[in-house]
Amino acid sequence: MQVVHIVFYIFAAMAVVSALVVISVRNPVRSVLALVVTFFSMAGVWMILSAEFLSLILLLVYVGAVMTLFLFVVMMLNANSTGSREGFTRYLPFGILLVLLLVALMIISFGSSFTQLPAPVPPGADYSNVTQLGAVLYTEYAYPFEIAGVLLLAAIVAAISLAHRTPKQRKSQNINEQLRVRREDRVRLVKMPPEKKNDLS
Amino acid sequence: MISLNEFLILAAMLFGLGIAGIIINRKNIIILLMSLELLLLAVNTNFIAFSYFLKNEVGQVFVFFVLTVAAAEAAIGLAIMVVMYRRQGTIEIERLDTLKG
Repeated sequence: MQVVHIVFYIFAAMAVVSALVVISVRNPVRSVLALVVTFFSMAGVWMILSAEFLSLILLLVYVGAVMTLFLFVVMMLNANSTGSREGFTRYLPFGILLVLLLVALMIISFGSSFTQLPAPVPPGADYSNVTQLGAVLYTEYAYPFEIAGVLLLAAIVAAISLAHRTPKQRKSQNINEQLRVRREDRVRLVKMPPEKKNDLS
Repeated sequence: MISLNEFLILAAMLFGLGIAGIIINRKNIIILLMSLELLLLAVNTNFIAFSYFLKNEVGQVFVFFVLTVAAAEAAIGLAIMVVMYRRQGTIEIERLDTLKG
């Protein structure tokens, strides 16, 4: 057994166990943290499949941004009001049964048809996954790439316009008031007699 | 080297766990969203495994787009959840019954 095999099995076991934790733990915050572990180990598996760029993207974008967003929302919304877990035990047998059937079906349907597929020779030292991906992405798929950018822009606009609210309790500048102010409103000249010198010595 | 079957089995298990999460956590909308992320992760793993074994980069390009759409979906979904929490004070699925059909 090669080293890469052992590494793959470690990552796979981590991914499956943490995915199990994601769907079974009671506290949503722990669930999010377990999902981070799942993403991390799947990034390792993708690295074994020599998809370095996507693996790092998964770490940066998902673990770094999306999971942080999840964590913020889970912690911001009261954990007690995010929904109870009643019905958990009621649907548990059905869920387990369906999942076992589904996974068994998939594994059987893979059968031995893919085992003949030979593993590709490991690429040389000058192979760059980023170059390969970029050469395809920016030529053949340049138009879908632009559409993806527009989609992200639309998502930004939608998310901000949904969640933004106008400042009510916040202290904010009122430029009109600031410009309308006159000298007499702010400065008061006080006339007072000069102080007597104290004879301290 | 690891055979393609092992990657596919791993992805199938993650997919199954994602579906199980949707079935058994149907009261908790945040965990539903996270199960959706698990499903997408399993599908992406399949894409990358086939892309590696068939020596074709197009599968990775597709994963790139799937990641983009999934990130947008998560952002908008969470924003909708925050708005819903502000208006209703809860995001329990049981109590989101304002729409009468």
